[in-house]
This record gives sequence, C-alpha cells and structure tokens, in this order.
Amino acid sequence: MKTRSIASFLLGTALSLTAVGAACAQDKTVKIGALSDQSGLYADLGGPGSTLAAQMAVEDSGLAAKGWKIDIISGDHQNKPDIGTAIARQWFDVDKVDVIVDVPNSGVALAVNNVIKEKNGVYINSGAATSDLTNAQCSPNTVHWTYDTYMLAHTTGQALVKAGGDTWFFLTADYAFGAALERDTTAVVLANGGKVVGGVKHPLNTPDFSSFLLQAQSSKAKIIGLANAGGDTTNTIKQAAEFGITKGGQKLAALLLFLTDVKAIGLETAQGLNFTETFYWDMNDQTRAFSKRFSGKMKNGAPPTMVQAGVYAGLRHYFKALEALGGNPHDGVKVVEKMKSMPTEDDLFGKGEIQPNGRTIHNAYLFEVKKPSESKAPWDFYKLVGTVSGDQAFTPLSESKCALLKK
Amino acid sequence: MQALYAQLLVGLINGSFYALLSLGLAVIFGMLNIINFAHGALYMMGAFVAYFLLNNDYLSIGYWPALIIAPIVVGIFGMILERTMLQWLTGLDHLYGLLLTFGMALIIQGVFQNYFGSSGLPYAIPDQLKGGMNLGFMFLPVYRGWVVVFSLVVCLATWFLIEKTQLGAYLRAATENPTLVRAFGINVPRMITLTYGLGVGLAALAGVLSAPINQVRPLMGADLIIVVFAVVVIGGMGSIMGSIITGFALGVIEGLTKYFYPEASNTVVFVLMVLVLLVKPTGLTGRAA
Repeated sequence: MKTRSIASFLLGTALSLTAVGAACAQDKTVKIGALSDQSGLYADLGGPGSTLAAQMAVEDSGLAAKGWKIDIISGDHQNKPDIGTAIARQWFDVDKVDVIVDVPNSGVALAVNNVIKEKNGVYINSGAATSDLTNAQCSPNTVHWTYDTYMLAHTTGQALVKAGGDTWFFLTADYAFGAALERDTTAVVLANGGKVVGGVKHPLNTPDFSSFLLQAQSSKAKIIGLANAGGDTTNTIKQAAEFGITKGGQKLAALLLFLTDVKAIGLETAQGLNFTETFYWDMNDQTRAFSKRFSGKMKNGAPPTMVQAGVYAGLRHYFKALEALGGNPHDGVKVVEKMKSMPTEDDLFGKGEIQPNGRTIHNAYLFEVKKPSESKAPWDFYKLVGTVSGDQAFTPLSESKCALLKK
Repeated sequence: MQALYAQLLVGLINGSFYALLSLGLAVIFGMLNIINFAHGALYMMGAFVAYFLLNNDYLSIGYWPALIIAPIVVGIFGMILERTMLQWLTGLDHLYGLLLTFGMALIIQGVFQNYFGSSGLPYAIPDQLKGGMNLGFMFLPVYRGWVVVFSLVVCLATWFLIEKTQLGAYLRAATENPTLVRAFGINVPRMITLTYGLGVGLAALAGVLSAPINQVRPLMGADLIIVVFAVVVIGGMGSIMGSIITGFALGVIEGLTKYFYPEASNTVVFVLMVLVLLVKPTGLTGRAA
C-alpha cells in the first residue's frame, strides 16, 4: 500500500513537472529591448535604424502568424555605462525583457554584459567592437554578431602592413573600444614585422583633431591608425586631408568605418580609404532587396549599416532557436546554447556559425571607398577589394581566453 | 620645439572660435542680462544654413555669400525668439533666461537631429582657400589661417562698435538705465532686439566658419557650448575684451594640453575656470556687479 502511494506520488510529481515544462515550452511571448545610442555620435550607425531592423526581423520571422506575441522596446544609453546598465536592469526586472540587441559603445556593452549574465537574459550584441565580449569577459548569455576589434585588426591592419605600411602611429579614442582596437592592431603589426612608433589617446567626441594630427605627422610613421569611430573618425579623416597628411606620403588606416561615416565625410575626401566591414547593402540581390525595404522605411532613406544588419540577422537566428525549442523558456543560457548548436544562415551575412565563446563567424570584406566619378547612386560608396573567410578573420578558438572553453 | 610652435598656432585657431562665440555671449549678457544657453544651437544653425544655401538645387549659394547671408538669417530667427519669448523675462532673475534658452537649445537640436541624424553632412572648403603653406615648423592649411585673421577682425570690429561708437554708448547706457535712455527718445526694446540679433549673428558666423573644418552636425554646438561658457566666466561675464582675449588664450592652453597630456584636453578649461573663480570670482576682467 505504502509502496503504491509513494509510486503514485512520484508519478504525480513527474507528470506535473512535465506539465509545467510543457507550459513553459508553449509560452510564445518574447520581449526585445533595442538598447542603443539614440542621440549621440553613434546614433546613425545604430540608433533608430537598429530598432527598425529589429522590427523587420520580427515581421520577416513570420512568428506572429504562428501565434507568437513579440514586442520591442527601445532605449537610449547615451554612451554612458551607468545609464546603459540602469536601463538593462529595469528592462529585466520590470518590463520582463528576454533579449537585448545592438548596444554600440564598448564601454556600455561590457557593463551591460554583466547585467544580462546576472539576469540570465540573452544578449545579441551587434554594435560594440571590443573583442573582450567573447574573450576575457565572455558570457554564456552573449552572442557577439557583426564584427570585433580582432577582426578589424586582422583584416585592415594586416593588409596594410603587408602592403608596406610597417611603421604605425595610433590615434585612439580614450575608452574600452579604442584601447581594445589599438591593442589588437598593435599585436598584428608586431607579428608581421612592423613597428609602432607612437600614439595619442583623445577624449571621446573630440571636435578638433589638428593637434593630434600634427603629432602623428611629426612621428613620420607610414600609417596613422585611427582606433576611433563614428563622428571622431569622420572629423579625423576630414582634418587629415586639410593638413595635407595623405599628400605628404602618410596613409590613414580607418580601422573602423561605417557607411554613414563615408556619407558624412563625402567621397571627395574619403576616396581611396581601405577598411573592413562584414556587410554592405550592395553585395548581392538578397542584400539589395533587404536594403531597399529598409531604406524605404528610414526617414532619410539610408540603407542599413553593418550594425543594423547584424541586429536583424542576430534576431532572425534567435527566433529560429526559439522555434526549435518549441516556445520561449525565458532562460538565456538555454536559448544561447540552442543558437550555438545551429549553423547560422541568412540573406545578409550568408552562412556561418556561433562559436562556443559566443563569437559569430562569417565572411569579412575589405573595401575601398570609390572615387566620386565611380559612384553612380546616392549610397554607392564601396568597391570590394578582397574577402576574408570567417575562420581567418576572427579569433581562433585556440587563442581565445574565454572561460567557457575550459570545460 | 617646432612641434610646440605648431601646437601654439593650432591653439590660436581653435581659440578664434571660442573668441567669436564667447564674444556673442558676452554681448548678449552685457546688454540683455540673459545667459544665452541657445548660443550653441544657433551656432549650429549657422552651419546648417550655409549647408542649405550651397546644396539647394535652385540657390547653390557658396561659402562667401553664406558668410553674410547665414548670420542675417539666423540673426532674424534670434530676433523673433527675443520678441516672442525672451523679452518677457526682462527684470527677472538670470536663472529664468538660462532655463528658457537651454530649453530652446534642446528643442532646436532635437528638431535638427530628427531630420538629419547625428553623423553630419559634408561641406567643402571653398576653392580659393584650399591647400596650405609650409611654415617650416608646420603645414598650415590656408583655410585655418583665414579663420584666425577673419575672426580677429570681426572681434575687434564688434569691440569697437560697442565700446567706441555712439550707438555702443546708447546700448551701454540702455542697460544701465533703460528708463532714462527712453526719456531721450530712444527705442530701447528695439535696440535690445537688435543686440540679441547681433549676438546670435556672431554665433551663426562662427558656425559658417566652422562648417568646412568640422562636420555640419546637429550636436556641434552642444559639444562646444560648455567650453565657451567657461571662457566667458573666466574672462568675466559681460566683458567684451575679456572674452576675446580669454577665448584665444584658452585655445592655446588647450592646444598645449593636447600636446603634453591629451587625455586632459577636454577638462583643462574647467580646471582653469575653478582656479580663476577661486582667486577672482568676477573673472579676469569682470567688474563686481
């Protein structure tokens, strides 16, 4: 009798647990938080465009027709880590957000990374560059989608050193991103037999670079490496032209340059610059089709930047993982594990994979900015110079310091 | 040593923007008693007007006419602001003007950002001022040289207008004792409006000068305005000559900081401000109220 009652109790418990599990698996609600710089120097490359990309990912996933309820909220971190983490905390605690996307600015991205790990959410970062997100500070909740400083250093940096640019001077934005990009590029320069002759760290959002450019000029370095981004990079390039730096034989290496930056500089000044991106709107029929739909919805008609494309592609993959799980378990680690177990494939980045450390691997492309005479349309800016396969461009797992790899 | 000369010159160039902007602020504060926080936004509008004049299919007005047209257009906009909003604050505490103009700045910047994004628009250096000359210790872009000379001339002309002409005397008298000046048959409110227009026009002029060097961006003024306020406070609120001299001097000091300790270049102005205020609370050339 006693044995029977214990057995039935155990059976009952097991059944009810399965029922709870099934109920979780059938939960088809998702809340997405698009956290970006909505008003500062990175607002054009991420910002409202990233929120739009997230909306398009939701629409294109077709999940609504299958009974899913997906909401998006957006927030402005103003490039301040404390504001970014406060928004992230509120989103998890009050608004019950499942996944945070975009988050440009490496300083903010690393701070938010900790919050998401603590709250067991999902983090699909597309906007930040620091390779630490999948290295020293990797997290089981994080997928780093579009690009990182290691990739930028090993594509643009390596190509320039191999083309004879063996002495470097760095102009570096004085925060986490600049430091990571300078560190990773320096390693590449040294490994290829080059030398770093000097550098200067400038505050974020500096309007005038002439003092720094004069120092770079007097260093006589063959390459002036720009370890900065957005408005800082456009101002540097514009003012370098004014001071005749490129005419004097020195070459600028824009280690990170976005489509919107080229637009801001103007082809007249930007022509000939070499840089790397993982997405360009005019690559093939699929990217053109997506970009046409995207720019039709943007107020200024701009096509997507690689950051915005990464938000879209990352979310599409996230939805695929949720579908495969049969519902939203609201368990960040579990969802990210599922994402890692499935190969990535989408119209914008092609085939790829997510490595165990959270790094998404896909092709990277070396571009050159076209001459004004070569540009046939308003956003026709890039010429493809070379393609680097994902396994060549991103950190090899053997070099990764991510703790997740030491199981 | 050569590098040091180069930094001094570059500092002087940045100083000319500080001087032009703080001059406008000093004029407005001196005559209207308003702390014009919208100055940065109006500076940005100057650059944008120049951009529109150039890129409009029907107008295609280049840099030189824009140097005159943009300050007039933005100046008129400023006068409308003064007539519709600022004039109601006459006689109230400074704080009201500061808050109102700060709010206006946020609205103006917000509208521009909403329409044009944040990354900026290109504006080319005029053909006549392209290129540069080798000074031995540095390569000086012709355009930067032009900015220094032109700003100096404008600064001195404004100083002359306010301190040495009869019109300037009326203005100064009107701020001291408006009732008495009105008794002489002078239209004081109109004079105040025109003065605000002049201050705003100076900001817009700096905006046009800056367009070919910096990006034409909605936040270009917001990035600069705090530094310019520090310049005005160091120079002495309302002192015309004080703000001109301090503007140039701080440009140079900032340039030297960029050379010796770049990380501090954004804060050195405020360190100086604290030091000056500790020693002389009215600023270097300011008089006690």
